[in-house]
Amino acid sequence: MSIQPRERRRILLAVLAVAVVVCSIAGLAIGAVNTTPSVVLAVMASWLGEPLPEEISPQVAAVLTIIRAPRVLLGLLIGAGLSVSGALMQGLFRNPLADPGLIGVSSGAALAAACVIVLGGSGLSPLALPLAAFCGGALVTLLVMRLARRGGRISIETMLLAGIAVNAIAGAGTGILVTLSDDAQLRSLTFWTLGSLGGATWPILIGVAPLILVPLLLSPWLAGSLNALLLGEEEAHHLGVNVERLKLGVVLMAALIVGASVAFSGVIGFVGLVVPHLIRLMAGPDHRIVLPGSALLGAALLVGADLVSRTVIAPAELPIGVVTTLLGGPFFLGLLARKRWM
Amino acid sequence: MIALLCGAALAGTVTDARGTSVTITAPARIVSLGGGVTEIVYALGSGDAVVGADTTSRYPAEVAPMATLGYHRNIGAEGVLSLSPDLVIATTDAGPPATLSQIEAAGVPLVVLDTAPGVEALTSRISTLSTLLDAPEAGAELLAGLTASLSAVKTDAPPRVMFIYARGGGTLNVSGTGTSAAEMISLAGAINAVDAYEGYKPLTAEGALLAAPDVLLLTEGGLEALGGREGLLSQPGISMTPAGQQEKIVTMEDLYLLGFGPRTGEAARELSESIRQ
Repeated sequence: MSIQPRERRRILLAVLAVAVVVCSIAGLAIGAVNTTPSVVLAVMASWLGEPLPEEISPQVAAVLTIIRAPRVLLGLLIGAGLSVSGALMQGLFRNPLADPGLIGVSSGAALAAACVIVLGGSGLSPLALPLAAFCGGALVTLLVMRLARRGGRISIETMLLAGIAVNAIAGAGTGILVTLSDDAQLRSLTFWTLGSLGGATWPILIGVAPLILVPLLLSPWLAGSLNALLLGEEEAHHLGVNVERLKLGVVLMAALIVGASVAFSGVIGFVGLVVPHLIRLMAGPDHRIVLPGSALLGAALLVGADLVSRTVIAPAELPIGVVTTLLGGPFFLGLLARKRWM
Repeated sequence: MIALLCGAALAGTVTDARGTSVTITAPARIVSLGGGVTEIVYALGSGDAVVGADTTSRYPAEVAPMATLGYHRNIGAEGVLSLSPDLVIATTDAGPPATLSQIEAAGVPLVVLDTAPGVEALTSRISTLSTLLDAPEAGAELLAGLTASLSAVKTDAPPRVMFIYARGGGTLNVSGTGTSAAEMISLAGAINAVDAYEGYKPLTAEGALLAAPDVLLLTEGGLEALGGREGLLSQPGISMTPAGQQEKIVTMEDLYLLGFGPRTGEAARELSESIRQ
């Protein structure tokens, strides 16, 4: 008995959507503060206008409403965003090892974040760091793109090389700041580079959401062009794809998504690189499935990883970047060993 | 009776380092974020009420089972709230800021204390906490003890002291001005051998020679990380300094020396003596 490929893809997307829902509910229901399912349901009902039962303490309700709910939503957004930008970059570079870090977003954001942590005084607004990180990521990406541009054309090879060099320079800049930093600043910086969704609040979520959601929702329109690009730039051009516009679109979308994610959650590694791989292993290289599949799997994975990060050493938290790598790494290696695929 | 109750309620109102007014009566479940402030809470006799603390809270030993909340700059809001505290004591070092605002948004009173090194900020931390925890006598006693210890500090023939912060892995940082270590050296009636920069910078052989310290000051854990006295003396430049030639190395426990807690006066007095031996 064989299942049609199209049927198979539908099943995969449906399974992934269920995983997203399950992970979100688990993320909402489980944490350091003990909450029974009935409490979670009652608090969720209170969001819809139902009065909160008296036996539920306002503190527990606050944990669900102001800590867990925005945190789960931010995890969904960033997980989906990082994975889709990974898929976009891999499609653009036609290289399974490409990740959004390649165009300098993360290193630029890290440099800017280090500037704020080390050089900024203590009186800075809490928004200074995410704003600086976002601008740093955007500026470095624009620089890489400018360097790769010759006569109105972006050369992918030059962009790759320029990205490597600019990443190294930004890394050296961060190194200078590390040298200047005191012990406490160094620790703040280290924690930042390991990532955390702990800063999620409703205002932050509302600020970040459009920056990630808009490119995320636009990404399926690029699927056909990216599929054509798999054949080569010339071939894609002959198939009627405006290759230069595609390059520009992919880089801008990835920069927007990753910049916004890094700005508020620090560097969360591995997700952008591996999630698209997993989808390709399961459903093949067609971007019409890789893009939405990556979004769903990334969202579920990051919310699940955040759940682990919050609970495994509660009441303290393990940085989420550590969790994603520790869980995803061996899993990915296992798949490689089974499939001998590259 | 009513006057007494009002008095008790008023006793629990303070204005913290953010300028926020915090009122609390008889806290029964305290979370304390920061080694120095945790020490003060215990010294004021409220240790029994402490239900949670960060990893820098290492003194007194009773706090160890409660110190599970992680590093005080990287606290998770839900972890703190899971201990159902009725008071969270933090310092201006504690964070990230989002966590502190989440704790407040959950309706838990939060007091933030100025963590600047120096006797002035320490005095203000002690008096704020003694008001907040309704322990005026214990607070007055701590302050009197602090003043007494500080006035017993030796001030004759001030030696040049260089503080070296070692963290293992061969990284050695030397304290310039404005650090807890610099403040303690001055409280101990000595001269900080390095005043060319603010904060910490990596040790260099030439920098050590230029500073010409009479005494090398380290934390106990720091000297251990370097492999003891010999490990320190084999660092480039160190053996050629006056302190290296005389092998004058003084160590003190990290939190005792740098924590600016209630034992600061005692630590300064002890330091003033050990660097003059």
